Amino acid sequence: MTDSSIHPGAAGDDPNRRDFIHIMAAATGAVGVGAVAWPFIDQMNPAADTLALASIDVDISSLSEGQELTVFWRNRPVYIRYRTAAEIDAAKAGDAETLRDKQTDEARLVAGPDGQLKPQILVLEGVCTHLGCAPKGGKVGDVKGDYEGWFCPCHGSHYDTSGRIRKGPAPKNLPVPPYAYLSDTVIKIG
Amino acid sequence: MSHQSTYEPKTGFERWLDARLPIVRLAYDSFVDFQTPKNLNMWYTFGGILAVCLVIQIVTGIVLAMHYSPTTTGAFDSVERIMRDVNYGWLIRYIHANGASMFFLAVYIHIFRGLYYGSYKAPREILWILGVAIFFLMIMTAFMGYVLPWGQMSFWGAQVITSLIGALPLVGEPIQTWLLGGFGVDNATLNRFFSLHYLLPFVIFGLVALHVWALHVPGNNNPAGVEVSSKSDTVPFHPYYTVKDAFAIVVFLMLFAVFVFYMPNVLGHTDNYIPADPLSTPAHIVPEWYLLPFYAILRAFTADFLGIPAKLLGVLAMFAAIAVLFVLPWLDTSKVKSMRYRPVARQFFWLFVVACLALGYFGGQPAEGIYLIGAQIGTALYFGYFAVLFVLGLVEKPDAIPASIAASVHKQHKRPAPEPIGGAVPQAAE
Repeated sequence: MTDSSIHPGAAGDDPNRRDFIHIMAAATGAVGVGAVAWPFIDQMNPAADTLALASIDVDISSLSEGQELTVFWRNRPVYIRYRTAAEIDAAKAGDAETLRDKQTDEARLVAGPDGQLKPQILVLEGVCTHLGCAPKGGKVGDVKGDYEGWFCPCHGSHYDTSGRIRKGPAPKNLPVPPYAYLSDTVIKIG
Repeated sequence: MSHQSTYEPKTGFERWLDARLPIVRLAYDSFVDFQTPKNLNMWYTFGGILAVCLVIQIVTGIVLAMHYSPTTTGAFDSVERIMRDVNYGWLIRYIHANGASMFFLAVYIHIFRGLYYGSYKAPREILWILGVAIFFLMIMTAFMGYVLPWGQMSFWGAQVITSLIGALPLVGEPIQTWLLGGFGVDNATLNRFFSLHYLLPFVIFGLVALHVWALHVPGNNNPAGVEVSSKSDTVPFHPYYTVKDAFAIVVFLMLFAVFVFYMPNVLGHTDNYIPADPLSTPAHIVPEWYLLPFYAILRAFTADFLGIPAKLLGVLAMFAAIAVLFVLPWLDTSKVKSMRYRPVARQFFWLFVVACLALGYFGGQPAEGIYLIGAQIGTALYFGYFAVLFVLGLVEKPDAIPASIAASVHKQHKRPAPEPIGGAVPQAAE
C-alpha cells in the first residue's frame, strides 16, 4: 500500500482504516467476479434434460443364451450379455490377483430379486478404458479377442468374458454401470 | 526496429485524419517504409502466406456457417447439402477443408524456419511465445472443426481426444463431462464445438496482431542471425518484400488450387463420409495429417512409469511436446542465432526435422510392433533435440559469425564488402 506517499494529506488518517477499505474493495470484487464466472462455467455441465435421461429400464426377456444386447445409456453403449456356461467358467477360472485390474467375476455381478447373483447376465459399459472406443465382440462374426470376451479395434485391448482387461493398453476393466433387477427380466440401469 | 516515422500526409483529408486517428501512418510505418533486413530468403515469406490462410479460413468459414446446422441430426446432412445443393457450396467447403491443411503446412515451415535461424532468441522471445500460442489455438480450432461434419472420424476423434482429459487423476472425469456437456460426445458437445470453432479464429486474429506488433519492435531476424546495425543492412518493406511475399503467395495459392480442384479429399479420411454412429467404432482412428506427430507421441507410452499410468504419461508427453516450445528461448543456451554458423547444432536440427516427419508417419500407422518402436524412437529424438540445444550451447565451437548483414550478403556473392556507409541501399524507393 503506497497511499501515504500518494496522499500525503491523508497522513493523519488511520492506516488500518484505509487498508480495510482496500481489502474490502478487493474482496467484494473477487466475490463479484466469482459470482459472475460460476454460471458461465457451470452452464457447460450436463443440462437438466441430459441428466433426466440418466436411468433407463431394459427388458431382457428376449435375450437368450449366447446373445448380447446393446442399449444406449448416458450416451454410451451398454452391453448386456447372456453368458454361456463355458463363458461363465472361463470368467471364474484363474486367479484374479494376477490380473491388471484385480477383480473377481462375482464382484462384477449384481444380485437378482431373489438375492442370488445371476452369473448368466453380465452388464458392461461399452467404453474401452483406454481411449473410449466401443469394443467389439457382441455381434455374430465379431472378433472377440484372445480371451473370447471383447476386443477393442482402436488400439488392441483384449477383454475376457467378464469384461476384464487382459492384454493391450487399456488400464482398467470395462466398467459395470450401476444397475439393479426390477424383476427377473427387467433391469434398471443408472 | 523502432524508428522515426517518415509518413507525410499528402492531402488535406490525410492530414485531418492523421491528427485524429493516425491509422494510415501506422500502416505506412509498418508495411511501406519499414526497414527490413535485405537478406531475407524465401523461407521468410510464410508469415505473409499464413496471414492469407487465416483470412481464407475466416471468410469461407463464415459462409459455411450460414448453411451449416450444428445438431447431431442435422450436421451431416447439412454438410452434404452444402456439397450438392448450395450454390458453389462444394467449392467453398473444399477450400475450407483443404485450407486447414494448407494453413498447417505453412505454419510448420514457418516454425521450422524460426528454429533454424534462431528467431526465438533474444530479443524476440515474446514474438516466439505468441507464435506458439497461435499454433496451439490453431490445433484446438482445427480439432473442433473436424468434429463439425459429424462423420465417423469426427465423432470417434472427439471421443478419443476428450477421453485423454479423463486420464488426469481425480479431476479428469468431471472435467471431461464438463467439456462434453454430457456423459458422452453428443449434441451439447457438437453445439459448443461449433461455437468455439467460430470464436477461436478471431482470437487467433488478435494474437496475430500482437505477433506482428512484437515483430515490428525488434524487426525481423534474418538468415545471418545478426541484428541490423546500419542502413546498409536493410531495404524498405515496400516494394522489396511486398513483391517477394506476393510472389510466394501466388505460388502457394497454385499448390492450394491443385488440392482443391484435383484432389480435394486426398488429405481427408474416407470414414468421415459415413455418418457418426456412437455404437460402432471405425477399425482405425487417425486424426488429420497435421496432428499425426502429436498422436504418435501420445501413443508412444505403453508402460507405467514411477506409478504414473501409461495413458497419463502419453497425454502429458503430448502436451509437453508443445509446452517445450514455449520455454525454448531459455532452453537454447547458444548466443549464435543462425544454424548457418552452428555446424554441429545444424545436424541435430535436421535430425529433429526427420524425427518430426517420422512421427507423422508412425502416427498414421497402428500402434504396434515396429511402428510403435519407431514412434518411441521419434519421441525420444523430439525431446532429445531440446536437451541437445541446452548442452550444445555451452560446449560447441560455432563458426565465425559475420560482422553485419551486409557483410554476410557480400560474402555469399563472393564480392568484397563495401565500405559500411548508409548510401549502399537503393534509396530511390523512398
